[in-house]
Amino acid sequence: MTITTGIEKKAPTASGRGARIRLSRTAKYVLLVLFLVVVLMPVYVLIVTSLKPPQDVNPASSWGLPVRWPWESVAPGGPTGFDNWAIAWEALSPAIGRTFMLAIPAALVSSFLGAMNGFVLSRWRFPRADWVFTFILFGMFIPYQAIMTPLVQMKTSLGLPSDIGTLTLVHIIYGLPICTLIFRNYYVGIPMELMEASRVDGAGMLRTFRSVVLPLSLPGFVVTIIWQFTSAWNDFLFALFLSNQRQGPVSLALNNLAQGAQLANYGAAMAGALLASLPTLVVYIVLGKYFIGGLMSGSVKS
Amino acid sequence: MRKGIKNWGPPLLLVSPTIVILGIFVYGLIAANISVSMSDRHSLQPAQNFVGIENYIALLTEDRFLHSLYNLGIFTLFFIAGTMFFGFLWAWMLDKGVNSEGVFRSVYLFPMAISFVASGVVWRWLLNSAEGDRASGLNRIFENLGLGFLQNPWWSDPTWGMAAIALPAIWQLSGYVMALFLSGFRGIPEELREAARMDGASEWKLYRHVVFPQLSPVALSALIIVGHMSLKVFDLIMAITKAIYQTEVPATYLWIALTANDYAKSATIATILLLLVAVLIVPYLIYTARAEKAHR
Repeated sequence: MTITTGIEKKAPTASGRGARIRLSRTAKYVLLVLFLVVVLMPVYVLIVTSLKPPQDVNPASSWGLPVRWPWESVAPGGPTGFDNWAIAWEALSPAIGRTFMLAIPAALVSSFLGAMNGFVLSRWRFPRADWVFTFILFGMFIPYQAIMTPLVQMKTSLGLPSDIGTLTLVHIIYGLPICTLIFRNYYVGIPMELMEASRVDGAGMLRTFRSVVLPLSLPGFVVTIIWQFTSAWNDFLFALFLSNQRQGPVSLALNNLAQGAQLANYGAAMAGALLASLPTLVVYIVLGKYFIGGLMSGSVKS
Repeated sequence: MRKGIKNWGPPLLLVSPTIVILGIFVYGLIAANISVSMSDRHSLQPAQNFVGIENYIALLTEDRFLHSLYNLGIFTLFFIAGTMFFGFLWAWMLDKGVNSEGVFRSVYLFPMAISFVASGVVWRWLLNSAEGDRASGLNRIFENLGLGFLQNPWWSDPTWGMAAIALPAIWQLSGYVMALFLSGFRGIPEELREAARMDGASEWKLYRHVVFPQLSPVALSALIIVGHMSLKVFDLIMAITKAIYQTEVPATYLWIALTANDYAKSATIATILLLLVAVLIVPYLIYTARAEKAHR
């Protein structure tokens, strides 16, 4: 009943000894740490720049640490490092609220429908169930640009607003294939003697699903909810084509803040990028295993 | 297998909402897109005529579209090569057991949790094209380290500019490819390696004849996933350069056509993108389905 990502370390294996091996071990750690630094470099830039008042942002010292505390200004009464964060917060906070309103329902509804589909396609099958599965799965791989023109036309002709509600619907719909895939693979992987017993007892499909399968499904739900939440939160494509600045999600607001920025205002843009990334980063740090579980299921293999 | 509608009716009913929804919003809209692409709807006015493949011929002979395909090609080449290289290298280094492996793994993978828009903010700064005294970002590092000759205009370079745009994409996706390879490495039964060692295989032969063959399905998955992400690239380019000619790819060209209400053109670009992705994905899906069937 757990999610295995397949990347956890196995039992330690005996490793050879000797000077040559020790040297290559050192070289390996040096390399690993070097890559660690390179991967974290953009984060350093984001944090450091976001804490510098605009006057302190200049090319020569751009990689340096801030030269004053973030609550101090260059000239008395001038902007401080924290002012960047205030500007970013003001620009993004309404959109951050809206994005929660978008991402949470989108994650819950797609996950629930995906669980039903996954259950039926793995455990309560019907003739040609494999065809139906492939039919559903295809939706996961299409570039969304392929449906964008008629989708935009459809939205206009139905008179749907350019707001979070419309985007929520869209994310629910296009989240169905991946949620179905994740749950199908999840249900295939867990033993379900109870389900078979319930079926033999003559319990109906819905009752079996509700009282036997759903209680075993929590790890699957954690994976799909995280996946859906993250992709809805980070989405820019649907947001740009189907919503607008005033009513759209945080990705649009951040893009606006960043594109409007002159070099002097990079600090606010970077503070904004950190703010906008915070929810998904927290999810990654707290529930990393499930996040990776979702990622790995994207490669179809069960 | 049990027969009769009593047995297969209810499960079919349970998936039917999804079948209907995706039938409309995936298959129906793809059909609608193709139909728009074969019309002369180049403005807000409704289409007047069916023009067949005229729009396709016009697009595929247009310098601007060919330029966007060239850009996409360069981007894809570097994106795939970069993620496969670093992904494999990291997985290989971590596989043999490293202290605090979890830390390395988590850090290498974390950019995956961030949106392209957010990472675009910092990469736009890192890829600043100014050089010398005015250099900031990566060029400033080179300047300060005495590696001034490495300074370059990044994405402003007309020939190789798209390779610079691939850098942030590599930064974000290498960890993912690492995770795929790591699961591949760890799926190799230890007995297999032991048996080869017992037979006196050298470390290189072990890789050549045991490890690499076992990894090839994973490598294929990684290649397909990264490749299909690459063909769709949009967010990253919008965040770093906006939709400009210099860094134009089909997806950003589509955005420009659609905002100009040239529906026929945007739909034509969309169909070509879909075909490009399908060439990659459909054989892969068939291959996976067969492998799964054989596995059962």
